[in-house]
Order: sequence, then structure tokens, then C-alpha cells
Amino acid sequence: MTTLQEQRPAVPNSGPRPTRRLPDLFRILCWVAAIATVATLAWLIGEIVRQSWPAISKFGFSFVSEAKWIPSRDQFGVLPFIVGTALSSLIALLLAFPLGLAIAIFLSEDFLPLPVRQVVRFTVEMLAAIPSVVYGLWGIVVLVPMMNEFGRWAVKAFKGVPVLDTLFHAPAYGNSLLTASLVLALMILPTLTAISRSALVAVPATLREGSYALGATRWETIFRVLLPTAAPGVVAATILALGRAMGETMAVAMLIGNSPRLTFSLVSPSGTLASLLANQFGEASDLQINALMYAALLLMALTLFVNIAGELVLRYTQRRTAGIR
Amino acid sequence: MAANDHFFATAGGHRTSSRAIGNQILSILCIGLAGATLIPLVSILFLVVKKGLPLLNLDLFRQLPPAAGSLGGGLGNAMLGTLLMVGIALVIATPVGVLAAIYVNEYSPTSKLANAVRFVAKLLTGIPSIICGVFAYAVIVLPDGPIVQLCKALGIPFEGGFSAWAGGFALAILILPTIILTSEQALIGVSKAYREASYGLGATTFQTIWRIVLPDALPAIMTGVMLAVARAAGETAPLIFTALFSWFWAQSLTEPTASLSVLIYNFSTLPYEHQINMAWTASLVLVILVTIANVTAQLVFRKK
Repeated sequence: MTTLQEQRPAVPNSGPRPTRRLPDLFRILCWVAAIATVATLAWLIGEIVRQSWPAISKFGFSFVSEAKWIPSRDQFGVLPFIVGTALSSLIALLLAFPLGLAIAIFLSEDFLPLPVRQVVRFTVEMLAAIPSVVYGLWGIVVLVPMMNEFGRWAVKAFKGVPVLDTLFHAPAYGNSLLTASLVLALMILPTLTAISRSALVAVPATLREGSYALGATRWETIFRVLLPTAAPGVVAATILALGRAMGETMAVAMLIGNSPRLTFSLVSPSGTLASLLANQFGEASDLQINALMYAALLLMALTLFVNIAGELVLRYTQRRTAGIR
Repeated sequence: MAANDHFFATAGGHRTSSRAIGNQILSILCIGLAGATLIPLVSILFLVVKKGLPLLNLDLFRQLPPAAGSLGGGLGNAMLGTLLMVGIALVIATPVGVLAAIYVNEYSPTSKLANAVRFVAKLLTGIPSIICGVFAYAVIVLPDGPIVQLCKALGIPFEGGFSAWAGGFALAILILPTIILTSEQALIGVSKAYREASYGLGATTFQTIWRIVLPDALPAIMTGVMLAVARAAGETAPLIFTALFSWFWAQSLTEPTASLSVLIYNFSTLPYEHQINMAWTASLVLVILVTIANVTAQLVFRKK
């Protein structure tokens, strides 16, 4: 207390305001930090636009619509990588969604005693802590040989079958779109589970009790009461997980095979925007750098769009559940 | 059956009806799916320990990575590089992040700037980590980058290129939003009564922040910083074309620098068994490092 009083400046009776150098300095410092944060994003976007400008003015929209990536001839079109990004993240979502939802339900219901649920929850959180390269290494050693076998089998088995023939088309390799999607599915599981779980937990207990009181079974309650109420939260979780999958780089770069060929075959090597950047920036020069910057701009625009959409849905959810309470 | 009833029974009690059977099937399916996710995680952790452990010894810290095809060697320069670049990231991002959070929560919580900071922090968390690398590449690695130009203008001998500075800068952008958002939560967590008591005793805003709010929020802020360390240490994408890689000890912060994560990436595609095993050992070290940071964040700095 005494220090507080000692610190009280000897306020001169005259004058509009006592001079307080340190507090003012601190306030200004905080303001500068806040401005710097906002400026960072603007700088980041501005710098990437500036660096990609030569490519934007040269290729325009054909950069997005053409399927040629030949740096030695200064031909750049990222369509294969956009298709690869979309396919790999959608398949990952398709694989992870049922699992993530099942875990979220498992964690929010009382099937098994709390300690067991805590172990599962810890496990899923642990998945988020493993570095992306370690997933990649695991994929190379464990998944790639398995997927190599699977790919060859699938190409033979689905030959001539209308849609499946396109999806499982030769050449089949261990490093493929599907291999990358499998690991992506694992990596987005924590995001999916955590947000879905909190949406399910936020459903008021009275709704559940009401449903049970009307004679509904547990799963009738889950499907007709809990999930519809938590639906916006689950949708938000799905969108945010999609954003994460689209931007994930290292594991994908290590497993997808990095081929610039346009393909819809899941068992063939492919590429994503992120894996393209990871592979080529280190040795790029001249126009290739500008083209890669353009690709980075596209990737950023895509993920920003998806993330803002997810964030908006999440906000809507929180407002809605607040209303029910 | 009795035990099963305890877990799967419903409030209804139609134990033999098709509804009850369907109910139980779904419960078992749900538990099965949840349990299935344990398999890949156990597989990853098992392999990291099994393949990483044989090469783990103290020499690892002192020796340089083995060149392609040769045996022996260690991870010394990669560990040092990871620590250096995470350190640079912290030195840049922690003051900016914490001060921005103080502005946002203490000085003018409802101002446009505060809302802009919150919005930008949210957006930055969603940006793929490789974009942070692209940004650092544009401003620090390329010779016509603004920071390189600035150094030239100020007479600082820095000519860009792949460097620990570039890698650390990329990681700083990556962890900035984490630090801002966790620090803001930490400040929000400080009891309102403390602030009111402080103001009631006649303290100024600065005195309240410095003597009351910050000391109380410090453990939670440190938690955020440790989470950021865990995130930054495991990242590869921002480093592969900013810090690149080096086979030697770092002589300065302005040259290409090795890191554990980039070493794993580079070694994973080499056709030599010893290098692959070294990648596993690096994975083990990295997982241990990240886990220590995470556990420290959760336990040591946790607020009572």
C-alpha cells in the first residue's frame, strides 16, 4: 500500500494533467502492439499480392483453369493442385466425420465410466499434439506399403465399373491422394471432435430429460433431440476441420506423391496447393516464385473463406444455444 | 447382462423390443468407432518409441547429422536450430502479443481497434502455417524483400537468403494469434473485484494493470506462451524454405539453419535405413519436446 501511495505522483495543483511518462509510454506501447497485429495481416496479404503480381498479370484466370505446371517452360496452371486440395480434404472429411461425431457422442454420453471417457478424450487431444512431419513419417513407413497393395487391387477390381473406374484408375502407387487423405482424416479428428463435443454438451439437460420422460430411448433422444439442437455446432466443426485439412502441408507433401498431372484417381499420385508450395519454394527462381506466390494467394483466399464461414456458423450456434437456456 | 444393462439401458425399459435392440446396437457401434481411433494413435506412438529409442543417447546432442549413406552422427545442430528459432519467435511474438492483449482487454475493450485485433487474431489462427513461411520468404529471404532493404538502408550487414531469422520470423507470425488470444483470456480471467479494489484505493489504470492485473494473469499468460512453444517446435512448413537446412553447426543467425522437423522431412525420403532410423529418433525427441511444453503449460503454470 505504501508503495502505491509513494507512487502517486506529486500532483501539481496547477496544470491540466500531471505528467506521467511511464504510464503514457506503456499505453502507447500497447497501442503500437495492437496496431502492429492488425498491420501484420495487411502486410502479409499485401506482400503476397505484390510478389504474385507478375504472375497474376501474365496468367490471369488461366492460372486457375489450366492444368499445366512446367516451370522449365514458364507454363503455370494450378488446376490439378486445386482439384487435389478439394478432393483430399473432402475425402478426409468424409472419413473423419462419422468417427469424430461418434467420439463426440461417446464423450458427451455416459456409456462408459468417466475415467474411460477421459482416456479417450486425452487420446484425441494427443493426436493434435503430434507434429505433422511425424504423421508423414508414420504414413511413409506404415500406410504407403499398405496403400500400394490396396491401390493395385482396387485398379484391377474396379476396372470397367462406371464411376469407380475413374476414382481407382491406374497408375496406382503407395503415395497417393487416398494415402494423404487417410492421414489428413486423423489430423482433423481433434478439431472435429472438440467443437462437436462442446456443441453436444451445451444442449440443455432439460431437453434430454424431456425426451426420456416421453419414453424415447437413448438413441432416439440423440438423433431427434440432441443432434438437431447441436447441428449448427457440428456444422461449424465440419467447416473448420475442412479449413484445417486444406491448409495442412507437411504430412500431405510427404504422402501424396506430388504429381502435377490432373487426375481424379484416388490411388494415383497427386498434389495440393500446400504441397506444391512446400516442394518447390526452396529451389524456385524468377517467374516460378511469382507463380508460387499466386498459388499461395489462392490457398490463403480459400482457407480464409472457409474459416470465416465456420466462425460465423459457430457464433450463430453460440447465440442460439444461449437463447434456449 | 446386468453389467450391460447398466451401460446401455434407457429410461424406457422396453428391454426386449426392437427399439431397445437397435438402441444397444448403436451404443456398441458408437463405442467401437470411438475405440477404433485409438488404433492409429497407439501405432504412431508405439513406432516413434520403438524405432526412435535404439539411437537415443547423449551423443545425439553433440554430433552432426549423418550424411546420406553414412552411419553414426547425431541431431545436435538440429536441436540447437529448433531452440534458436523457437526462441527468436518468442522474443518477437510474446511482447507484441501480450501488449496487444493488454490494449484489447484493459485500455479500450470496445474500441474499433480492439475488435480489429480480435478479428485479425482469429483470422491468423486459421491461416495455413505454410503461408507464414511464404510471407517470411517474401520479406526476409528474397533479396528485394522489405526487411532486407530496410537493413541495407540502415547499414546492417544482412543480405537476406535462407536464415534462422527468416525461420524464427515465420514462427513468430504463426504463434502471434495464439499468444494474443490466450493472453486476452488470461486478462479476462482476472477477478473484477481486484480491479475495483485497486481503483477504489486510488490506483491509476497503469498501476492497476502493472501491480494487480498482470501478476494475477501471469500464470495463464505463461500457459499460452508454452502452448505457443509446443506449436512452434513441431512446425515444419514455415521452416522448409525460410531456414532451409544445414549439415553443420550454426555459425550465425544469418545462414541456413537445421531444425528437428525439417531433418525428419529430409531424412524420411532418403533410401538409407540409418537415416530413416535417425528420422524416427528425431521424431521421438520432437514428441518429447512438444509433450514437455504442453504438460508444462497444463500443470506448472495452471492457476489454482
